[in-house]
Amino acid sequence: MLPTPSTSHVCFDRVYEPAEDSFLLLDTLSTSSEIAFLHNRFAQANSKQSTPPLILEVGVGSGVVLAFVAGNTSRIFGRNDILTLGTDINRFACQAASETVRKAIKDHDPSLFLDVVNADLASTIRANSVDVFIFNPPYVPAELPDLSRHDSFNVLSVGQKSTSFEQDSYLLELSYAGGEDGMAVTNRMLEQLPYILNPERGVAYLLLCAQNKPEEVKQRIRDWGTGWVAETVGVSGKKAGWEKLHIVRIWRNSMA
Amino acid sequence: MKLLTLNFLTCARKTCKSAPSSFPLHPREAELEVVQADVNLAFLKNILPRLMWGELRTITGELGLPTLPDTAPERSALFTAAAAVSETTTPGVDPEAIDAPEHPAPVEEPEETPTQTAIDLHRILLETCIKEGKLVCGNCGHEYAVKEGVANFLLPGHLV
Ligand SMILES: C[S@@+](CC[C@H](N)C(=O)[O-])C[C@H]1O[C@@H](n2cnc3c(N)ncnc32)[C@H](O)[C@@H]1O
Ligand SMILES: [Zn+2]
Repeated sequence: MLPTPSTSHVCFDRVYEPAEDSFLLLDTLSTSSEIAFLHNRFAQANSKQSTPPLILEVGVGSGVVLAFVAGNTSRIFGRNDILTLGTDINRFACQAASETVRKAIKDHDPSLFLDVVNADLASTIRANSVDVFIFNPPYVPAELPDLSRHDSFNVLSVGQKSTSFEQDSYLLELSYAGGEDGMAVTNRMLEQLPYILNPERGVAYLLLCAQNKPEEVKQRIRDWGTGWVAETVGVSGKKAGWEKLHIVRIWRNSMA
Repeated sequence: MKLLTLNFLTCARKTCKSAPSSFPLHPREAELEVVQADVNLAFLKNILPRLMWGELRTITGELGLPTLPDTAPERSALFTAAAAVSETTTPGVDPEAIDAPEHPAPVEEPEETPTQTAIDLHRILLETCIKEGKLVCGNCGHEYAVKEGVANFLLPGHLV
């Protein structure tokens, strides 16, 4: 087992607490088959002088997943010159996750942490720049929170010492509520994905739950065009034959 | 927020994506701080081809930092290979001399020392941070705030 990052400094009243979904991502990224896939694509030994890969996690929450990757780069990628970047719509999560990643790098592999920026999905990321994309989205079929209050809930207002109960509830709702089929946020992200992913070596890991209809989602991705592949590479919570959570790996096979 | 991060970001507005002037974002009224980090020489050598040097030069100019050279340094300018186990390079010694034939360069992972060029590059990319200020899109003029080191790229509903 690779070391799991410490999140003891994070306040889980307003930032998503690592749960089964988060741990499924950690487990999947450390299976021998994923390590073999990622080494083959990125390891220094296989591609002398290849440029440092950029890992982007959208919706970092506590930062547990990004910190896991940043702290275990030599085991996962076979190199340490890995760049990590995160986004979250929740500013409190951005601050918490930065701390989590910094700690993991200090305690484990010395990879290169950029920043966690407060953004909507990957809307601010340059085209073709992402080598490894990771997203554990808000996937529960539940009504999306009313975003018109976001600006006031996303910060402590002047003189406010801690977040209000209403504010915390809103921020946690953002972390799980996924609209119709739990796919409203994920669908928007999938639209951006081909634009930000590096066309040659880009690969994405996306978490889905059974209610998201993973088979349909994968088929839609394959229909993006020639070369696009989407395969389940991790599952957890088997209930009566229904795998509750899936990790889907999305990438492009080169036309060679 | 580190200056290297700006190498990977553009304006968040959809309508700006196709406009070349939406990259890089331009820092304004920025308050900088230097946060010390360990030099990762392998990283510095490998990142060179990924750096948008001209844009980086623009940004450092706008921040009032010392002017960067017109072109990115060569990979070979970032390190000197130390000759023997305990021998360290003496300042002022021509790096070429160290690679002299009597000290054949090791094939794998030679003992390498970062040059001042590498240390300066490290300082700019990974240690110089925008603590407070704004990032402005060169195409639409939208200003994104940086507060306590966290940049906010969320757009008001009507701009998405
Ligand atoms: C299920 S949590 C996952 C958190 C963390 N990655 C983990 O695995 O434990 C989803 C995260 O996505 C964030 N999020 C929700 N909508 C978002 C959006 N439109 N843009 C960026 N982040 C978003 C939430 O704030 C939350 O931190
Ligand atoms: Zn713009």
